[in-house]
Amino acid sequence: MEKTQPKYLLEFEKPIYELEQKIEEMKSIGEVINIDEEIERLQNKIFELKQQIYSQLTRWQRVQIARHPERPYTLDYINNIFTDFVELHGDRLVRDDPAIVGGIAKFNGHSVLVVGHQKGRDTKSNLFRNFGMPNPEGYRKAHRLFLLAEKFSKPVITFLDTPGAYPGMEAEERGQAEAIARNLFLMAKLRVPIIVVIIGEGASGGAIGIGVGDRILMLENAWYSVISPESCSSILWRSWDFKEQAAEALKLTAKDLLELKIIDRVVPEPLGGAHKDPKQMFTIMKEVLSEELENLLKIKIDDLVRMRKEKFYNQGVWKEL
Amino acid sequence: MGWFLRSKENIEEDKPKEMPDGLWTKCPSCGEIIFKKQLEENYFTCPKCGHHYRIGVLEYINIILDDATFEEFNSNITSGDPLNFFDSKPYLERIEQSRNSTGFNEALITGLGKVEGIEVAAGFMCFAFIGGSMGSAVGEKFYRLAKLSLNKKLPLVVVCASGGARMQEAALSLMQMAKTSAILTELAEASIPYITILTDPTTGGVTASFGMLGDITIAEPGALIGFAGPRVIEQTIKKKLPPNFQRAEFLLEKGFVDIVVPRKELKQTLSILLKWFQN
Ligand SMILES: [Zn+2]
Repeated sequence: MEKTQPKYLLEFEKPIYELEQKIEEMKSIGEVINIDEEIERLQNKIFELKQQIYSQLTRWQRVQIARHPERPYTLDYINNIFTDFVELHGDRLVRDDPAIVGGIAKFNGHSVLVVGHQKGRDTKSNLFRNFGMPNPEGYRKAHRLFLLAEKFSKPVITFLDTPGAYPGMEAEERGQAEAIARNLFLMAKLRVPIIVVIIGEGASGGAIGIGVGDRILMLENAWYSVISPESCSSILWRSWDFKEQAAEALKLTAKDLLELKIIDRVVPEPLGGAHKDPKQMFTIMKEVLSEELENLLKIKIDDLVRMRKEKFYNQGVWKEL
Repeated sequence: MGWFLRSKENIEEDKPKEMPDGLWTKCPSCGEIIFKKQLEENYFTCPKCGHHYRIGVLEYINIILDDATFEEFNSNITSGDPLNFFDSKPYLERIEQSRNSTGFNEALITGLGKVEGIEVAAGFMCFAFIGGSMGSAVGEKFYRLAKLSLNKKLPLVVVCASGGARMQEAALSLMQMAKTSAILTELAEASIPYITILTDPTTGGVTASFGMLGDITIAEPGALIGFAGPRVIEQTIKKKLPPNFQRAEFLLEKGFVDIVVPRKELKQTLSILLKWFQN
């Protein structure tokens, strides 16, 4: 019998995996009496176990799902729910940054512009993509493409999935902060609809650097915050060991952020996370995006930009003494 | 009522550690012994080597604005604690401490004032208030200040000093980057000048939003200005950074600030710039 050991198994995925293995074993032996009954019993048990595990995930467990190496990335969404995608490269100043991809595409019959952070799947592609951590060139490429979209009145869709903007020497020398600031400024006033989807990790300025829009959607198991749980832990507790507490304190899940009105909509994932059933994930994403886009296209652009700005003006919780 | 009407005793505390308590101080850069009075007369810079001491909001108000022209607005705005954030101490306790030690209610002080007779909307960040970090209250005060400058058609001048976004407000503080940048689009559309003065240190979410969006970007000599903090970069690249890295002069060389202006000449430069916009 061939064992199909998955490459990456999260701690809380193990009990489910073990039951699934048991079914496989029984199928391969094939001589047990009442085998169908027994398999059905186990399958029910798996379903119950999944329901139980995934209905009470801790925030840190969701962070782990958001970082799962088999989770769909920006290009997976582009290739599966868009057509006629042509990737456009380069910031016209320094170079092309592979940590942010962008290009023109068709979605639901509309010409759109799509931009997103891009991680790699293995060591080689991760080095190429810099683990999805952009340099200023990535943000400036996005800036250039946003202007292209505006010039030709095409809606923009962005996918957020980054552990942060790259904290390197060259990134600083070439103005990481300025590049992000310019994007915030441009996206706030861009005269085309913008849909933002946080699909995995939304870490800090590196994420929001392509994350200002009319509708902010977030996958059920994605996280979005000002700092990663690890960095937060190291600042507050002087150690990386308190990442679980930090994740709790930061309230970084989609559910949390919907309650805080930071995001507009939670996009459900297949049971167990997007990596468990990417096909279903693409179907859900396509449905949600098409509904959102059709709604935005009905709004006059002057109203849309005004509403977008007001949406961000209303962000925050303060008090008056 | 503005803070400036309060008695001087209550507002002594907006002093960063570098500032001397006694009669004299030793320059941290060149070791020169400087009398406090001499330091004050020299705009809190070392007469020998030009080292710029970190100074507080009150000093900047005195240096930049005409005497007794500053009128503070929205001083009553302070942070809530929407996430019930708790680390070594509760966030609200941290705020309370900062309020007591600085005499301010938040890390950004905003109002109207005059620079050589020219009326401006002005903001001053207080680094002593939780590292000058930007949470919802700072974002809201920036927004209201920009709105004031828009409604009154007055130039906006902001003195930045910040460690970045305020961690204790998590995603809410991240949103302030978008909020402050968004209101600046309205100033731009109305052709209202916005001048930033980046002081030591200006990093993180403040640099990556309103800090870097000025029509004119001024930096103080030697000021640390960047996105990532130097320690984070050193951990990432696993080597030591050169001493001038992310300093004002370095940013000037790399093309990310317009001018580096010694504190002594700050007001005069500002007034020249404002007059250029006026005409
Ligand atoms: Zn000196």
